[in-house]
Amino acid sequence: MSTILETRGLTRTFGAVVAAKDLNVRIDHGEIVGVIGSNGAGKTTFINMVTGYLPPSGGDILFDGRSVLGLAPREITRRGMARSFQVAQLFPQLTVIENALIALVAAEGPRPSFLHPLDTPQRRAYAEQILEDFGVARYRDAIVSTVPQGARKLIDIAMALVSEPRMLLLDEPTSGVSVDEKHPLMDTVMEVVRKYGVTVLFVEHDMEIVARYVTRIMAFYSGEIIADGPPRSVLGDAKVQELVIGHHIDLELLGEAA
Amino acid sequence: MTFQDRFKSTESALVATAVLLAAGAFVMPAWLSFLLTLAFAKALVVLGVVIQMRAGLVSFGQALFFCIGGYGVGLGAQALGISDAFLLLALGTLAAVLLALICGFLLTRYREIFFAMLTLALSMILYGVLVKSSALGSTDGFNVAPPSFLGWEPEGETRKQAVYLLTVAIAAATAVGFHRYLESGLGRVMEAIRENEIRVDYLGLSPRWLLFANYVFAAAISALGGGLTAIASGHIDPDMAFWTTSGEFVFIAILGGTGHVAAPFIGAIVFSVIRTFAIQEAPHYWQMALGIVLLGLILFLPKGLWSLIARRKLQVAK
Repeated sequence: MSTILETRGLTRTFGAVVAAKDLNVRIDHGEIVGVIGSNGAGKTTFINMVTGYLPPSGGDILFDGRSVLGLAPREITRRGMARSFQVAQLFPQLTVIENALIALVAAEGPRPSFLHPLDTPQRRAYAEQILEDFGVARYRDAIVSTVPQGARKLIDIAMALVSEPRMLLLDEPTSGVSVDEKHPLMDTVMEVVRKYGVTVLFVEHDMEIVARYVTRIMAFYSGEIIADGPPRSVLGDAKVQELVIGHHIDLELLGEAA
Repeated sequence: MTFQDRFKSTESALVATAVLLAAGAFVMPAWLSFLLTLAFAKALVVLGVVIQMRAGLVSFGQALFFCIGGYGVGLGAQALGISDAFLLLALGTLAAVLLALICGFLLTRYREIFFAMLTLALSMILYGVLVKSSALGSTDGFNVAPPSFLGWEPEGETRKQAVYLLTVAIAAATAVGFHRYLESGLGRVMEAIRENEIRVDYLGLSPRWLLFANYVFAAAISALGGGLTAIASGHIDPDMAFWTTSGEFVFIAILGGTGHVAAPFIGAIVFSVIRTFAIQEAPHYWQMALGIVLLGLILFLPKGLWSLIARRKLQVAK
């Protein structure tokens, strides 16, 4: 398998604090990678650097073999790497379908038309299909700020997928979602990303979710990657259990992936 | 009713209203057609304010382009000897667009109060320059010669009617064009920028450059409004760029609302009527009448007069 994302010596400091230290990561096409780590371990900093939101203090980022260092988020999105956010980043006073339509028009090119309507039958049909795929079509005409948190997370991911990216970075897709909603939400997301054939990297605190859906885990601690490999080996690692998870976990109880 | 049906019916309504207003030129008293001429010209500037408000930016200096449009017409007639109204308006609009292309580079870096204050500062710079320019009439400004219309040179009341009809035609064409713009991909992305600029960036769009385009559009129509005002009133002066003039445009934008392309026109007509009658009935306290109206609006109609129509339309649809 070829590499889709590679970082070389990626480092980020905030004054004296080292948020990311010499991160060397290779992610292949088709992988579903989970990133774990306690708060402040550097997970979101890593995603923010890779997607152009935060300039690294050092190192390089290669997407499909080409450096994306210094590019703005929009340019990285156009190259095929999209992301969702820990707190869903939507257009709260617009309806769900309008959010999807805007994502669609953005996916069509960097200069939206100033004469042709946003809402065309073709775009609406596609937007409705995407909302259907994510199981949020029933909220189509609702104002985003009024829909439940779980649905908002799904809409956020749907917005990222509209541009048909080759890689998707999900920052804590189940944060703020009730325990009952977590698994259905992740089932829906994974079903759709498999349908679209997207490489996924997601940050998650819930070990059960991580073990169930990923093919590989990267464990972050204090800005460094202390373990990287198949779920069983990383979650079974004593150092990871002590520094990242904070307690011993029974791998047999975590589900089939682990 | 689908979006496409609603879209077409709105455009038909705009054109039908324009035809009725144009027909009214031959029956309405001269004072009313003059009041409407100035109101429609102002509405174009307000539309410029409104399209920026929809993107989350409040321009407290839209009078800059209103004034550039007016002085473009005045100078085109006086210094270049151009008499055709269309050419004069094009000249004023072109000057505003060129200025907006320069100012836009700076302004679209800023948001919220910083944007508002910078727009205000730029308009006041122009005001200061004009006040000190004796060649341009200093504080008195100068008169604008009556223009011709594609070679036609009407006189007296006919000329006033021609200016009114020209204003209605331009206002209608602009309203239809900007109705399309507000519903277009770019127009709706402006609302998205107001709501969440980070998401817009992560969707692959540059908020800054889209705001830049929006700013230039706003400048163009504001200059058109300024040019029409200069032609209708036959006079221009630096007060066109003064901050109170910009404040008036923001006032009308709040009065009409930002929900529809027709809102600035309704706001401008209501504002002109209130002001005219307030000045007539209470020449020393007329600003108080406007203040009371603004207070009432904020308390009872925060989304402007258009929200009354929108509410009614919603009830009918249900």
